[in-house]
Amino acid sequence: MKRRDSIKTIALASFGASLFLESCYGVSREKITRSLTRYEYGRTPEETLYDDKLFAQKFFTNDELLTLDKLCNLILPPNEFGSIRDAEVVQLIEFMAKDIPSYQEPLRNGLAWIDNESQTRFDNIFIDLDETSQKEILDEIAYYDPNHNMNDLPEPVQWFNLVRNLTMTGYFTAEVGIKELGYKGNFPNVWDGVPQDVLDQYGLEYDKEWLDKFVDQSKRNITAEWDDDGNLLT
Amino acid sequence: MQIKNTAKEYDVIIVGSGAGGGMATKVLSEAGLSVAVVEAGPFFDPADPKTMTQLKPAFHSPRRGGSTTRHFGDYDQAYGGWEIEGEPYGQIGDTDFKWFRSRMLGGRTNHWGRISLRFGPNDFKRKSIDGLGENWPISYDDIKPYYDKVDKLIGVFGTKENIYNEPDGFFLPPPKPRLHELFYIKGARKSNVKVIPSRLSVLTKRINNDRGICFYCAGCAKSCNVYGDFSSGSCLIFPAQKSGGQIDLYVNSMVRTVTTNDEGKATGVSFIDKDENKEYKLKGKVVVLAASACSSARILLNSKSKQHPNGLGNSSDLMGKYLHDSTGGDMMAFLPELIDRKTYNEDGVGGMHVYSPWWLDNKKLDFARGYHIEVWGGMGAPTYGTGFNVNSFNKFFGINKAGGYGDVLRADMKKYYGSTIGISGRGESVAQKTNYCEIDPNKVDKYGVPVLRFNYQWTDNEIKQAKHMQDTFEEIIHNMGGIPLWGKPGKDANYGLNKPGWIIHEVGTTRMGDDPKKSVTNQFERLHDVSNVYVVDAGPFVSQADKNPTWTILALAMRSSEHIVEEFKKQNF
Repeated sequence: MKRRDSIKTIALASFGASLFLESCYGVSREKITRSLTRYEYGRTPEETLYDDKLFAQKFFTNDELLTLDKLCNLILPPNEFGSIRDAEVVQLIEFMAKDIPSYQEPLRNGLAWIDNESQTRFDNIFIDLDETSQKEILDEIAYYDPNHNMNDLPEPVQWFNLVRNLTMTGYFTAEVGIKELGYKGNFPNVWDGVPQDVLDQYGLEYDKEWLDKFVDQSKRNITAEWDDDGNLLT
Repeated sequence: MQIKNTAKEYDVIIVGSGAGGGMATKVLSEAGLSVAVVEAGPFFDPADPKTMTQLKPAFHSPRRGGSTTRHFGDYDQAYGGWEIEGEPYGQIGDTDFKWFRSRMLGGRTNHWGRISLRFGPNDFKRKSIDGLGENWPISYDDIKPYYDKVDKLIGVFGTKENIYNEPDGFFLPPPKPRLHELFYIKGARKSNVKVIPSRLSVLTKRINNDRGICFYCAGCAKSCNVYGDFSSGSCLIFPAQKSGGQIDLYVNSMVRTVTTNDEGKATGVSFIDKDENKEYKLKGKVVVLAASACSSARILLNSKSKQHPNGLGNSSDLMGKYLHDSTGGDMMAFLPELIDRKTYNEDGVGGMHVYSPWWLDNKKLDFARGYHIEVWGGMGAPTYGTGFNVNSFNKFFGINKAGGYGDVLRADMKKYYGSTIGISGRGESVAQKTNYCEIDPNKVDKYGVPVLRFNYQWTDNEIKQAKHMQDTFEEIIHNMGGIPLWGKPGKDANYGLNKPGWIIHEVGTTRMGDDPKKSVTNQFERLHDVSNVYVVDAGPFVSQADKNPTWTILALAMRSSEHIVEEFKKQNF
């Protein structure tokens, strides 16, 4: 994919890069605003103003967005469930950099660092390296000893950890990632306890003396009535 | 329904629409009284799709539910938080009191944990037991009939357990425990810590035709759109309107003072219309404050007059004093047995399905008062932060390498998902006269109203209690086969004791009593000094018990409101 096309791919799905889109492609502001309606998350007027302000700003340069796109794809390569583009991970990182300004400097410095490192070692910027060379660089910053405090580790390691964290959270909070993870909730249903095969797996069971106390889900729709001592009659 | 600037004199003006204000609205309007409800925040109905956050997946938010604008995340239904722009509060000395405010119809009842515990007989008479603090002027028997009525009116699930200081009520049946809760039960019982089903105001069964039944989305903090959990708007104010009550709602209206006449009696309130930034006055025969313990104290302290130079109802000089919050301590652990879990929907209700009431005798301990234990964990909805440091738990298997990139991350994500458990203690602190809020003489908010500043220090009792929490949690986690995620906080960190205000159970600022020199309100939550002003939030609490305050706010507000109705019948206003 040509650089310009891949910018377009990143930007098209994103309101985060909307101003960029508007200036580069002449898409009207009205159209961009309409694309925002998929974000329906019950904001107050003050919160809407704040988030609109963030949407209207652009933090990363186009080159930085491209580098991020490549990095996120290396962190989570596409599989049968989906890709970081499906999950709009780069757009999330753009938004969070504006929402949490303390992310800005480390994210930007790290992106500059990896291009410098690429230039020094392979005489080219990161996204123009072949994947073997890219991974050679990542291999030196991608691993850490979890017994150490992250803040004590070299900055490139901290930076890559931040990018990895944002990539992971971006993917696994998106529709494709939630499906891949297997989270099945946030949906109207009836909870009637841990499935029997899971109880068996862990050698657990519900107390016999408790079983009569739990809600009988077949009677949940019958209006509650009690005797004077608080015993449920229905 | 949103009327401004009226010459009408209401029977009652209610300031605030949370648990206390909602209950007062219901009881007083249903008795035929005309009521004005003055709420500092906007109108809010959990069923309104425009403001609804329930059932929204993380990706409907551009920050994936992150907590930049709302402390508990984008989907939490509390408009406000620890800090509100233009409405600061100050600290005295090295105090670090956290004051959580929620400005919306229904107040903090829209997002709270729904833990609905009755205070027990001992909780009203702690001074008689340990010599500390003060007894309440009422006993459990005085309030029991109101707890009973609240149970039936609003609904709470639980089980009859016949524990003396954890009184049973009229319970709906509880849901079965989740997997991590079964681990907790096993671990706690090994340490002789009792575990019983939770008591939450969530409808596991129908209680009337106006409210829906819980559909187990774990979203109670988002306020339920079918009114399957308790919030003040959906369960008290809207039903009161529906049954024909004369109720005028004034929203975005922040009460500045209670106005008084030459005899020193209240005549109504003055409030700031936040939309117009103009001040209005409302007339009422009775003023009921329910703005939250600290906000009500602030309004009264700001209501100075010739007759009440020290603030309204403050001849005792105790207004704002005896402020106290619950103690809090937490521990989080990794359960190796729960790696690579089979996934299924274990959302359940919004909160824990089991808990441990206080189980020990303080006579054998080096601190006063107890705590209950809450438990959390499991396969929750992914939200901003999910997947951070995805494989740092590798260290618990002796693998000193984490991070990486590529498919290993997907595998590690699934491996560790749902493998953590958290345990929290929420306990009783001893009310201190030296812990207080007061008016800062040098500071006003953006509406020009003098603001509060806080003075608050924990005492040895709370610090030792926090140490006991940590030791207990460590043992229970060990019994479960778990590994704590971080080291136990030591003495220098007060053994992990949360900062005051952090548990959002602040009470005691207008405490009740029989002696007007030692208390601000009487047992019907009426100011000793002013016969037509009541406080029905948690301000009148003498002591706070190791129970969450909401159910007691509701029962007391109901009792006091019935008293107001009786006084109206006697033409005492």
